[in-house]
Amino acid sequence: MEKINVTMTVNGKEETLSVEPRTLLVHALREHLDYTGAHIGCSSSHCGACTIDMNGKSVKSCTVFAPQAEGAEILTVEGIGSPDKLHAIQEMFKEHHGLQCGYCTPGMIMRSYRFLQENPNPTEEEVRFGISGNLCRCTGYQNIVKSIMAAADKIRDEVNVEKKEIA
Amino acid sequence: MIPSAFTFYKPDNIEKAVSLMSDFGDEARVIAGGHSLIPVMKQRLTDIKHLIDLSGINEIKGIEITGNQISIGAMTTQVELINNEELFKKAPIIREASLQIADPQVRNLGTIGGNVANGDPANDMPGLMQLLDATYKLSGSNGVRDVKAREFYEGAYFTVREDDEILISISFDAPSGGYAYEKQKRKIGDYATAAAGVILKVENNMCSSASIALTNLSDTPVYCDKAVDIILGKEIDNNILNQVTEACVEQSDPVADQRGPVEFKKYVAGIVIKKALTRAIERT
Repeated sequence: MEKINVTMTVNGKEETLSVEPRTLLVHALREHLDYTGAHIGCSSSHCGACTIDMNGKSVKSCTVFAPQAEGAEILTVEGIGSPDKLHAIQEMFKEHHGLQCGYCTPGMIMRSYRFLQENPNPTEEEVRFGISGNLCRCTGYQNIVKSIMAAADKIRDEVNVEKKEIA
Repeated sequence: MIPSAFTFYKPDNIEKAVSLMSDFGDEARVIAGGHSLIPVMKQRLTDIKHLIDLSGINEIKGIEITGNQISIGAMTTQVELINNEELFKKAPIIREASLQIADPQVRNLGTIGGNVANGDPANDMPGLMQLLDATYKLSGSNGVRDVKAREFYEGAYFTVREDDEILISISFDAPSGGYAYEKQKRKIGDYATAAAGVILKVENNMCSSASIALTNLSDTPVYCDKAVDIILGKEIDNNILNQVTEACVEQSDPVADQRGPVEFKKYVAGIVIKKALTRAIERT
């Protein structure tokens, strides 16, 4: 089958890929661009392990064809922090033991990343509803919810410090 | 899971999309949010040679409200329906029902057009649109035509839409009175075991207008005209609500599947219908 060119911005870098139209976005990211943060869990849009940010919205990258992402701004877990400089959400997952096997974690973190921008001051119930498209089979969610609540506090504190510095 | 190969098109207006559909006939499908279509393509339950992405067509996106008239472009996503404050003021049942569809990520891409046009009896929007007595606008090679939501569905995945037609918008009048959409599901992201929508008005304790529709309780949505006839003009009491619930369950025709046997589904139907009626009355 003929390949087509798809151009998208991934973690701030413009990338042009030559792919078959049936290529799923998650495969394009993992296999063509080596961003293996987005995991393939169920490959049927249930588990959320492949969650990424596309044009400012959380999406399941196993249920998007690569050409549908033409021109899109994509953010994967590799784009929000690095081993030397973790994002506040990653730090809080580490501190509050928000993972066990780690398979769902990149999806959980990317969903939390967008969710906390949609709702910076959530209740525990809102966190649970916000991550209801992401499954974890280890933790029972308890520590994931704790991590996200702690991350919300930490991000709010950081924002307040920045505001003070500007003032 | 990888679907079979296809050619990809992204037309920028509806005429081009319709012309592609009439060129390729049954070998072509349109894709909106893709969250019903891509999973069945991956399972190779459908063989699509030409995939036409509607996301480049701006004229079929967005929500327009003029007075009491509401028109929603087919490519409007569930999350856009949920976040639109003006729509919430005019038709709060849309937000109530949309929040019960799938999960946040799916609602970010899933569209109202895909949800109603696919003809899946498990989808929530078809029942909701029958409840609101909505009209669908279809564009095809013979021009544009209107079809009532209550006349659109013929069977599971079969609708009156012709192969070369594309659903472009949905319109309805802002409902008045109390409302409720009640859905019983096994978990978030699941389709309904049974769901019911109710809109009604009560004046001097008499029901002066009513609409009731069911989701996933037959091979099409169910508009409960018999139950509506029973409640209209009657004084609201527990006895009449039980009669109405019974008439709705009578009109349902669920099939046994992984969500349970027929008897169980009818039992759950009775519960969601009674709950929806009660909550709608509380809200009048």
